[in-house]
Amino acid sequence: MDGERASEARSAELAGESPRGGAAGPGGSGSSSLLQADVLDLDEDEDDLEVFSKDASLMDMSSFSPMMPTSPLSMINQIKFEDEPDLKDLFITVDEPESHVTTIETFITYRIVTKTSRGEFDSSEFEVRRRYQDFLWLKGKLEEAYPTLIIPPLPEKFIVKGMVERFNDDFIETRRKALHKFLNRIADHPTLTFNEDFKVFLTAQAWELSSHKKQGPGLLSRMGQTVRAVASSMRGVKNRPEEFMEMNNFIEMFSQKINLIDKISQRIYKEEREYFDEMKEYGPIHILWSASEEDLVDTLKGVASCIDRCCKATEKRMTGLSEALLPVIHEYVLYSEMLMGVMKRRDQIQAELDSKVEALTNKKADAGLLTEEIGKLEDKVECANNALKADWERWKQNMQNDIKSAFTDTAEENIHYYEQCLATWESFLTSQTDLHLEEDSEDKL
Amino acid sequence: MEQADPSSQRSLQPAPLEPLGGPGAVVEASVSEETAGAGREGSGVDMMTENTFWLKKIEISVSEAEKRTGRNAVNMQETYTAYLIETRSVEHTDGQSVLTDSLWRRYSEFELLRNYLLVYYPHVVVPPLPEKRAEFVWHKLSADNMDPDFVERRRIGLENFLLRVASHPILCRDKIFYLFLTQEGNWKETVNETGFQLKADSRLKALNATFRVKNPDKRFTELKHYSDELQSVISHLLRVRARVADRLYGVYKVHGNYGRVFSEWSAIEKEMGDGLQSAGHHMDVYASSIDDILEDEEHYADQLKEYLFYAEALRAVCRKHELMQYDLETAAQDLASKKQQCEELATGTVRTFSLKGMTTKLFGQETAEQREARIKVLEEQINEGEQQLKSKNLEGREFVKNAWADIERFKEQKNQDLKEALISYAIMQISMCKKGIQVWTNAKECFSKM
Repeated sequence: MDGERASEARSAELAGESPRGGAAGPGGSGSSSLLQADVLDLDEDEDDLEVFSKDASLMDMSSFSPMMPTSPLSMINQIKFEDEPDLKDLFITVDEPESHVTTIETFITYRIVTKTSRGEFDSSEFEVRRRYQDFLWLKGKLEEAYPTLIIPPLPEKFIVKGMVERFNDDFIETRRKALHKFLNRIADHPTLTFNEDFKVFLTAQAWELSSHKKQGPGLLSRMGQTVRAVASSMRGVKNRPEEFMEMNNFIEMFSQKINLIDKISQRIYKEEREYFDEMKEYGPIHILWSASEEDLVDTLKGVASCIDRCCKATEKRMTGLSEALLPVIHEYVLYSEMLMGVMKRRDQIQAELDSKVEALTNKKADAGLLTEEIGKLEDKVECANNALKADWERWKQNMQNDIKSAFTDTAEENIHYYEQCLATWESFLTSQTDLHLEEDSEDKL
Repeated sequence: MEQADPSSQRSLQPAPLEPLGGPGAVVEASVSEETAGAGREGSGVDMMTENTFWLKKIEISVSEAEKRTGRNAVNMQETYTAYLIETRSVEHTDGQSVLTDSLWRRYSEFELLRNYLLVYYPHVVVPPLPEKRAEFVWHKLSADNMDPDFVERRRIGLENFLLRVASHPILCRDKIFYLFLTQEGNWKETVNETGFQLKADSRLKALNATFRVKNPDKRFTELKHYSDELQSVISHLLRVRARVADRLYGVYKVHGNYGRVFSEWSAIEKEMGDGLQSAGHHMDVYASSIDDILEDEEHYADQLKEYLFYAEALRAVCRKHELMQYDLETAAQDLASKKQQCEELATGTVRTFSLKGMTTKLFGQETAEQREARIKVLEEQINEGEQQLKSKNLEGREFVKNAWADIERFKEQKNQDLKEALISYAIMQISMCKKGIQVWTNAKECFSKM
């Protein structure tokens, strides 16, 4: 399908030269505009890639703004960008949470700093402030634009359990880190990274963002979509192809297991914390005791200091757990929910096709029109399926790497903890036995 | 002339580090057969009687525990645990041990023995018994006296008690103790026949003395203070240790859940599956390793508990001193007042109020004969009193000397034992760390192969 082509050639963006084509038309109620992807030159690192074209009207979204062209959907079976920092051209940090108080509400904004060498960005550095709502908006837009891609999860809106105050420091810090992860995952995603809304999110000033948000389908039409989605996704399950059945099974099982692991890991943290709290009291008792024991002062003080040092090591271990393991596991808990949503959306797209096919067999409406519609829907389904398949492989690869690192790091933390404690006690023992030998030899004199 | 020389005394101390569980801890003890009754009220240490003394190497062990049912004093059915005490004599020459005695005793009989020793050896820091009921439990340990773990630890504690008594230079020669080891039937009657319960100082008397004594030996006052501190600090330590143990148990056991979940998860993973599965196995190993670790720690806690209970034994010696001192002070006071009375009668002056004086005033003067008679009585009483005071003084000084000697012995024993216990604690921690390193290193390898 040759159509308008706004080629935005960029050099050295991927491992290989890649002219990219992109085109977009104004949004609106599903008017046709063509998006294209070109075959990209292969690098030896890259595997086969999906090539397809689609009709924008087949995507039940209209996520692009009339102002800027939407980036093309080029699918590459991706190596993790994270592994190749030299190829990264978009660096995002989320920091400096700040509290804002208005008459209506109190909320937190985060500073987003973006550094980039990409051509389509007006500048090479941007600094904006965003609040959680803005992140929600971005995620919503991405889900609309790419219903069968695996969008990174956002941290929860709020955590009911154990929350005393909405904005306590730990909560904010955890959220900040998760938001940082969220944006970077998008940046590393071969398709999402070129999304226009993403760009706006990163670069627009507050008022610009507000007006940008107001464009696009209204709230009502989006709600209508949701209702339709729920209704039809059930039908889509019946005709799900085999590979997606497998995928779904995996997702269900994975979700179950990762949730359990999340619970276990949180529990371990809690137990370690309580252990630490008790240990803090343990050492000082020995010091107290040494006050009434002349001959045991050294030994008692030695034991006390060992316990205190092990106590510190425990604290460090806890910190390691909460940084290396807990956030990773929790992100995948959220991912698993995300995946189920993706599955539903895929099913729903399929359901649309199926219902039209059914209508055709039942001769409900004009055969000709139906056939044409069916043709388009078939393409749409194929696109959606392929997008999901490719992204699925990428996601699985990432998941394996992330889980592997997280647990390996945790094991490393534990080894380090025990090594520290071992050294402490061994040196105490040496000092005691040395003293003992000294005393013995003194006695014999 | 005093007790056995220090070096053999050293070897008399049972080393608490060795697994006390093993039957047959060898103790070099001097066992003598006393012909006279075992009543010794704070007398000197020299008890060797020429023709009946021999040095025998004996092994004492509490080797078994058995649940029994029987009828108690009020003829009600009850369940109790009986412990088998075996005594072996070891031939000096070839080191072979021959079982000489074996009998069953229950906890209450141990208590009886100890109470007897407390009465007849008030100047000795009498070794304590293991706790009657399980205290300082953390959640895993049952507080039930019939729980096999508790019974096992009590068995060890009772053996330790017997070894301590057998290695004490004074207590080991006691006949009742000897009979405890050798005479199963009738032993209770024999003990009761000594009438020791009657000889025991009443608690009330002791309390009274503690409050009213004016000039106790400062060392005993300090010792009392020390024993209070010891008791308080060890209790505190044991309480916190129990809580720490509880938490540690939690940390280890929760990791066990990983094992199960990893295993289930590995079923759906192609590449990660093997790594997950084997890592899960290591998590199981980690989780179960805590059981042994904490059991060892329990033995350490028992060593500390012994000294917790020793604090009470120390206080008992101090109380006896206060009682004797108070007795002495009262006798001296009595004597002084009698002397004064006598003097007043003799000189005819009444300086102090006395009932006799009042009645004389009210009912008329005494005759000279009456006064003479009274003076004579008083002089006799004074004489007696002075004798008594002299002997009380002597007794008191003997007591202080002997008690302090035993206290010094105890202090040495305590320092050595506690130091060893603390070192053994360090060794336990080291072992725990080494296990931890191994398990997590294995797990890490599995994870990195995923």
